[in-house]
Amino acid sequence: MCAAPVPAPSPTAPIVARCQELFDDLDFGAARRWKAAAPGRKVVAFMPVYAPRELVHAAGMLPLGIMGAGESLEVIHGDAYYQSYICRIPRSTLELGITGRLDFVDGFLFPSLCDVIRNLSGIWKLLFPKVYVRYLDVPQNFTPGMADEFWVHELQELREGLGKLAGVEITDDALRDSIAVYNENRRVVREVYAYRAAEPWQAPSSDVYLLMRAGLVLPVEEHTRLLRDWLAAARSEKRQRRDNTRIVLNGVFCEQPPLGLIKAIEMAGCYVVDDDFMLVNRLLIGDVPVEGDPLANLSTAYLTRSEETASKYQPDQAAKGQYIVDAVRRNGAEGVIFAAPSFCDPALLERPMLEERLDRVDVPYIGFKYAENSAQMQPVREQAGTFADSIKLWSTP
Amino acid sequence: MSKPESKAAGKSEVVKDLSMLKQKEMITRNYDALTSAPETGRKVAATFVPGNLNELIQVFGLLNNLPEINAIQNGMRKLSGDYILEAEKRGHSEDVCTYVKADLGSMAKGNLAPNGKPLPRPDVLLLSYTGCFTFMKWFELVRNEYKCPTVMLHVPYQGEGTTTRNMRDYIVKQLKQEVIPKLEQVSGVKFDIDRLRELMRESAKAEDDFVWVLETARHRPSPIDAYFGSVYYTGPIFTAFRGTPDASEYYRLLRAEIEERMAKGLGPITPEGDMKQQKYRLVVEGPPNWTSFREFWKMFYDEGAVVVASSYTKVGGLYDLGFRHDPDHPLESLADYAMGCYTNMNLPQRVGLLEKYMKEYEADGLLINSIKSCNSFSAGQLMMMREIEKRTGKPGAFIETDLVDPRYFSAANVKNRLESYFQMIDQKRRVASAA
Repeated sequence: MCAAPVPAPSPTAPIVARCQELFDDLDFGAARRWKAAAPGRKVVAFMPVYAPRELVHAAGMLPLGIMGAGESLEVIHGDAYYQSYICRIPRSTLELGITGRLDFVDGFLFPSLCDVIRNLSGIWKLLFPKVYVRYLDVPQNFTPGMADEFWVHELQELREGLGKLAGVEITDDALRDSIAVYNENRRVVREVYAYRAAEPWQAPSSDVYLLMRAGLVLPVEEHTRLLRDWLAAARSEKRQRRDNTRIVLNGVFCEQPPLGLIKAIEMAGCYVVDDDFMLVNRLLIGDVPVEGDPLANLSTAYLTRSEETASKYQPDQAAKGQYIVDAVRRNGAEGVIFAAPSFCDPALLERPMLEERLDRVDVPYIGFKYAENSAQMQPVREQAGTFADSIKLWSTP
Repeated sequence: MSKPESKAAGKSEVVKDLSMLKQKEMITRNYDALTSAPETGRKVAATFVPGNLNELIQVFGLLNNLPEINAIQNGMRKLSGDYILEAEKRGHSEDVCTYVKADLGSMAKGNLAPNGKPLPRPDVLLLSYTGCFTFMKWFELVRNEYKCPTVMLHVPYQGEGTTTRNMRDYIVKQLKQEVIPKLEQVSGVKFDIDRLRELMRESAKAEDDFVWVLETARHRPSPIDAYFGSVYYTGPIFTAFRGTPDASEYYRLLRAEIEERMAKGLGPITPEGDMKQQKYRLVVEGPPNWTSFREFWKMFYDEGAVVVASSYTKVGGLYDLGFRHDPDHPLESLADYAMGCYTNMNLPQRVGLLEKYMKEYEADGLLINSIKSCNSFSAGQLMMMREIEKRTGKPGAFIETDLVDPRYFSAANVKNRLESYFQMIDQKRRVASAA
C-alpha cells in the first residue's frame, strides 16, 4: 500500500500564518513590542473607515486600526454599555478598552462613519480621560471648493494635537515622506486586489483578508514588504482553478464578519473578486502628490479621489450606487453578496439603493446580516452556494 | 387667560388651552398650504427639524415640509405601523430608523397629509445634516423617488465639546455659495438679507418666551410638564413657524397661560385635566414614543411624576443656554444654531447638560427613554445614566421604546419599570430622611 503523496507546502503559508497570528492576538502584541522597542514611542488607534494615517506616521507614532474584537472575545463589560439593538463593534471595542487590552494606546481617532462610532468617541473621552481622543468630522460636502478649507483646518488641528502627543513638531517634510510611504503601500494593496481579481484561485479571500488586517497593526513599511513577499510567493505557485462564481462582497467596511464567514462564501463556490474590507488601506485612489502643501494634498485626495462607500454622501443622484456596478464590471463579477452587520445604519440604508442599481443592469445579488460573533456558518454557506449555483446554471452565457 | 375647551364629553374628554387651539390652527393651515401647493404654485422645500433653516426657507417664500413631523403625525394617528411594514416589504431592513421607513411607506401609499390630501412632491431637498447620520441616507433614498434638486449643508459635530471658527466658516460658506444660490434658483426669488434679519428678529422674540416657559419647571409645583407637555410647546419653534408672527403669538399666549397656572399654584395640564399631585420630579433623556403617546404620558401623571427638564425639547436648539437667532449676524447665527442642537453635542456635553438639569431643576432622578430607531440619541445612553447617577447620587432608570413603530412599545413592560423606579425613588427618600 502506497502512502499518499505529501503536498508541497504552499510558499504563501508562512506569511498567511503570521497574519493569522496578528489577527488572533487581541492583546496587540506586535504593536506593544513596537512601542517598547524604543523609549518615547506612542501608538494612536483609529476606527473605520478612513483616518489620515500619514499624520500619525509623520509624528513617529504607530497607527493602529481597531475593527472590534471579533468572535473570540467574550463581551461582558461592553454589553453593559449598549442596548441589544446596537451593533456589536462598539461593545467589543469597549471590552478591549475596559479589560486593558488597549492600555498601551496613547491616542484614539474616531472618524465620522455613523452615529454609533461618533458617540463612542464621547464614551472614550469619559472612560479614558488620559487618552488623546479626537472625532474626525470627515467632510460630507463634495461640491468642488466647498469643504477644502474646512478639512485642511481640521487636519491642521489634528496635526497639532498629534504633535503635542508625540512631543514633536510634525513638519511638512515629514508629512511628505509619510505620504510617499503610504502611497507605496496603497499601490501594493491595489496590486494584491488586482491580482486576486485577475486570478482569484491563486488568492483565497480569507488570505487576502488576513493580509489586509495585518496592515492595521504593523508599521506601514513592514506591511508593504509583507504584501510584496506574499505576491511573489503567490505567483510562484499554481493552485487549482475551480469553476467558481465571481462575486463582489459589499457592506463589510466596519464591523467584521468572522473569518469563517469569508471561508464559507468561498467554500460555497464563490470567488470574491472585490470587497470593502479595511477600506482605509485603499480609500484614497491613486497617489497623493508629495510636492506642495501636504495637508492640502491629503484633503484634495479625500474630497476628489476617494472610493465611494455607504458612509459618504453622493451629491449626484444619477451617480448614486453606480460604484457597485463599476465594481462588478471592473472585476468581471457575476453577482453581488451584500453582507451587513446587524443594526448597521450605513450598510443597511445603502443597500436598497445599490440593489436598485443592480436591478437596472440585471446583476444578481443576495443579502444577509451577521455579527462579528456569528457562530452558524452553514446557512451562509447554503445561501451563497445556492446563489453561486443559480448563476452558473441560469445566467445567460 | 386659559379657557380650556372640551373636545368631547365623557371619559375621553381632552382639555385644550387657547395656545393649543392656536397651534392646531397653525398646523392645519400649514398642511393645507402644503397640500394645495400644486394648485397655488407655491414651491416646497423638505428639510429636517434639528438645525433647520426655517427663516431662510421663508425668505424665498418656500413652504417647509418636515418628514420627521409627518412621521410623528402618522405615528400619533396609528398609521405608521402599516407604513413601516410597507417599507420593509420593499426591502428596507427591520434594523433601521422607523422615521425613514414610515416616510418611505407613506410615500408608497399615497403620502397623505393629516387633512387627507396628498403631500406635494418637494421642489428641493435641503439636507441639513445636523446631529444624525441617518438624515443623509434618508434624503439619498427619497431623492431617488423625487428626482429633485438636493442641497447638502454639512454641519460639523461638536466632537471636541465646542464649536470653532473653522466649523462656523464652513457652514457660512456652504450657505453663501451653495444653499442660498440653489434656493434662489428653485424659488425664483432673490435673496434678501434684510428679510432674513426681520424673520430672525421675530424668532428671537418667540425664543425668549419659549425659554421662560421651560424654566418655569424650576417651581414647585411645576406648572408644565417639560417632556410630554413640552413637545407641544416645541412645535412652532422647532418646525415651519419659527420666525413668523404666528409663532410669536403662540408663545405669548402660552406664556400667559403658564403665568396664570403658576399664580394659581396649578400643575401642568394633561389630556385629562390639571395634574393634581407632583410626587416625583424627573429629568428625561431621549425622544418620546409617538404611537402610544397618550398612554405613555398617563403612566407618569397617574403616578404623580412630572418631568421638569428633558433633552428632547432641545433637539431644535438649546435656547435655555442662551442661544438666540441674531439678526445682526444672520448667516453666522444660522450656523451657530445648526451646530448647537442637542444631538450635535458630544456625549460629555450631553452628560454635563443633564447633570445641570438634575441640579437646577431639583430632580429626583433621570429617566432614559431609549429609542430603538435612533442611534444618534441612544448609543451611549447607558453610560450617560451611570455617569449622572455617579455625579448626582440620584437614581436613573432605563426604558426602551421606539419612535413610530408600534411593535416596540410594550405598555406592560414600560409601566412595570416605571412603577419599580418610583418605588426606588421612594426608598431613596426614606433612607435619606432616616439618615
